Amino acid sequence: MAIQSSIRANLYKDSVSLMRISQVTVARTGVQRVTLLMGTRSNKEFLQQAGLMNPALEGAKPGDIMIVVADDAPEKLAAAEREIHSLIVGEEPKGGAGEPAAEAPPRSISGGVAIADHADLALISVPGPYAAAEALKALRQGLNVLLFSDNVPIEQEQAIKRVAAQKGLLVMGPDCGTAIINGVPLGFANVVRRGVIGLVGASGTGLQEVMCQVHRHGQGISQAIGTGSHDVSSEVGGITMLQGLELLAADPQTKVVAIVSKPPARDVQKHVIERAIAIGKPVVICFLGGEPAASAGNIHRTSSLEETARQAVALAGARQPGSDDQAIEQLATRICAALAPSQRYLRGLYSGGTFCSEAQTIWQAAGIRARSNAPLAAADRLADVEESHGHTAIDLGSDEFTVGRPHPMIDYGVRIERLLKEADDPTVACIVLDVVLGHGSHPNPAEILAPAVRRAKAAARAQGREVPVICFVCGTDSDPQPVGTQKAMLVEAGAEIVGSSTGAALAAQAIASRMAADDSGTGRRAMQGGER
Amino acid sequence: MMNGAPFALQAKTSVISLGAADLDRGVESSGAPLVRLQWRPVGDGSPEVAWSLAQLVGDAGNADCLGSRIDRANAEVLERILTAQPVWVDVAAHASEIWPDMGRTLLHAGPPIAWNDMCGPMKGAVVGAILYENWAATPDEAEQLAASGGIRFAPCHEFGAVGPMTGIVSPSMPLFVVENKTTGNRAYAPMMESGGAKTLRFGAFAAEVIEGLKLIENVLAPCLKAAVAGIDGGLPLKPLMSQSLHMGDDVHNRNTAATLLLYRAVTEALLKSSISRDVVHETLRTIGADDMFFLSLSMAACKATMDAAHGVPFSSIVTAMARNGVNVGIRVSGLDGQWFVGPADIPIGLFLPGFSEADANPDIGDSAITETAGLGAFAMAAAPAMVQFVGGTPQDALRYSREMAHVTVGRNPGFTLPMLDFIGAPVGIDIRKVVDESMRPVINTATAHKEPGKGIIGAGVVQAPMKCFVDAVGALATIAAR
Repeated sequence: MAIQSSIRANLYKDSVSLMRISQVTVARTGVQRVTLLMGTRSNKEFLQQAGLMNPALEGAKPGDIMIVVADDAPEKLAAAEREIHSLIVGEEPKGGAGEPAAEAPPRSISGGVAIADHADLALISVPGPYAAAEALKALRQGLNVLLFSDNVPIEQEQAIKRVAAQKGLLVMGPDCGTAIINGVPLGFANVVRRGVIGLVGASGTGLQEVMCQVHRHGQGISQAIGTGSHDVSSEVGGITMLQGLELLAADPQTKVVAIVSKPPARDVQKHVIERAIAIGKPVVICFLGGEPAASAGNIHRTSSLEETARQAVALAGARQPGSDDQAIEQLATRICAALAPSQRYLRGLYSGGTFCSEAQTIWQAAGIRARSNAPLAAADRLADVEESHGHTAIDLGSDEFTVGRPHPMIDYGVRIERLLKEADDPTVACIVLDVVLGHGSHPNPAEILAPAVRRAKAAARAQGREVPVICFVCGTDSDPQPVGTQKAMLVEAGAEIVGSSTGAALAAQAIASRMAADDSGTGRRAMQGGER
Repeated sequence: MMNGAPFALQAKTSVISLGAADLDRGVESSGAPLVRLQWRPVGDGSPEVAWSLAQLVGDAGNADCLGSRIDRANAEVLERILTAQPVWVDVAAHASEIWPDMGRTLLHAGPPIAWNDMCGPMKGAVVGAILYENWAATPDEAEQLAASGGIRFAPCHEFGAVGPMTGIVSPSMPLFVVENKTTGNRAYAPMMESGGAKTLRFGAFAAEVIEGLKLIENVLAPCLKAAVAGIDGGLPLKPLMSQSLHMGDDVHNRNTAATLLLYRAVTEALLKSSISRDVVHETLRTIGADDMFFLSLSMAACKATMDAAHGVPFSSIVTAMARNGVNVGIRVSGLDGQWFVGPADIPIGLFLPGFSEADANPDIGDSAITETAGLGAFAMAAAPAMVQFVGGTPQDALRYSREMAHVTVGRNPGFTLPMLDFIGAPVGIDIRKVVDESMRPVINTATAHKEPGKGIIGAGVVQAPMKCFVDAVGALATIAAR
């Protein structure tokens, strides 16, 4: 394959813009491969590994765009490169001759503050190595920070959180995917009604699911404060989570507080619970995957996302939400009736990391050991993330799947490939998929996913099997992609819809348990037969 | 742990967003105020510099933090710049009068540089100056003398002086003397030679060049010394430069109006003096023949201003930008005794017929002291005629002045820009802002031929290298961390 590379110096574009330019170039010129990356160290290493690095790119700086085009037909390369350059330029603000030159958009936080309407929050999603610096500048200028970026050095996270705490400002993140502050959704966020339940959480999709379940059960959210995934480590000490609790304690809108997190480090956990006891409002605590703990006083411990939402809604006094348990049992029974004895294993293909760990937690409690690329215990780590083994739960949003690609909540390509592959496996009893709606996610995921579900089921049917696909949709009727329409399209394609992430994991567990029980039953019968 | 009220939840949420635009959709749909930044990695793109820079940001709520100390120092520096009163007070008959122990020293433009590293025009000017001083009899001998270490080289800037293009100052040369009446410090600049290409400042050293230098020494300098002595209290330069801006000058690359105003002031003084009519005529002819004659005084005025602003601890304001034809160097008020250098670019602009970029020498001269003091390209909005050099429109002139406001700490009400509703020209380049905005200061400049003595081959704009500012930010962060 012929490869041509060049540099567009001194023009920064974020990876999303670069990927769009790549896509459009491929679509317009038919060139086989277009790679556009900023000239950072890690991107150069990536090109090296991909065999696309060449000496022309060595001088590229982090503020330069590296352009690599590849095709079997060398004559296509020049056209592709022209297209790329014109697309790059096309997005620049135009100032025609004779017209007043347009004031360029601000480049820096202070430039933004100067023209903004009393800015009080910076939403930062620049590459991790630069993110804490931007956050510190924002804090110095009196802004709270939502830091979506990951890969921020831990000492920088500590430094910015110390400054924030001194100033009474909040740093949500690093690696904070979602928040709702004063009714304003930030990052990946669902559109939920405003209400009296205040959330603080270290896991993005966990927060999203709890807020959607609260909405489904008729209550609403006062504030949702993300802390980022490292906050509850002993290095950071839960600074943001403790601040968040304080904020929710003082917030007159908030009547009930809910905490959603992986289990914090022991010392952090102690502080968080002490603070929660002291705030004088009911607090629902879900340390997902942690050891079960008893509720006491104003503290209500839960062990799943759905239970957390229901408990919070109940405490808010609206009404006791109904349960999905019966429907789940019926679903499992119906599904198992159609399965062959060889179909024993669960395959969870998740775009939300919290869903992946919630499923493992629920399955483990039922004695089902699952392998994962993000396992609860190191012993359960998948040897090869591309190959499932027994019961398997995959987090497709983790680094090994997302380098150089959009997140699976935006781009369903990798997940669909994997869905088709799992459907082809005669030992698979059911496949579980999450579909995350809301701002930031794919604008119409069911449109992409429904045909894939149809294909997967048809392929299995052609081999004489049924492959059940259980979906749950993390979204609301107010989301840009209304949940009702999305569910209808998936049902139409033959997917089974369960009302929550917890419900989907429970349904899968019920199926696996029944198939295992049938299997041992068959064995017993066979043995009994032998004795006869 | 927390001070006071739960701030995050009290205010109406108003967002500044940087990074992936998809994450703003929720903010957009909620109707909350939103400003999107056109973000890019700061400075040279290194994460380490980004983190250093963030340590230097001021905090209105914390007067003790490093950035707040820098902000206070910068306010002091800005005050010194705005209150400067540069006045042309004298002509020194010889540089050696000012620096008696100069010996065989040649001052040059830009940051320090050794003979071997000098560009063609600067080497040519060194040869010319040696011949002018009679330290050698032939160009070859002059070169041998320079190469043998027989000459001490030093930047003009370290002597309180500034020189255009190669900026060579030798002991016998006369110098304009400008005093900052507010602080009493003085600055010096050599007089512009007439003769176009055949000038020492472009590296020529032919016999007529040496003759021209002698004419300045023997005719022009004594005459102008008498002229300025005849102006009571000297000639205040700031009002004259301010007026020139309103007449289409940037007082760097266009000095047509300022030279006329000088001509007016000098003429009257000379006619009152007892100097012979022939000498007066020769002097006025020289001034009148060169639209750029005033540049020396403009540069000295800016130098007298910026030297007064130099040496304020913690200040991040640039007090000199200067080029030696190889490197650009900057000096920073709070980082006394250091140059921060980066490679000089070739100016972008127009070339005289028969020349191209291949003939051009990288950026050279101390005249960027005008931009440092908030003139030149920073005041380009005042000089729309200039933008033809860069093939731009008058709108581009306004754009330069607008953009440079992003990298400066204040505006100079003494130098106003009519086309921008008489707003003051941006002044006080802050190294933090240059790096934070990834916006290099713009400099108006003439382009020299890379071979000695071939003179001016074009004009245009050039930007100071980011490396200077990145290194200076690193140094400030290091010093301040102590």
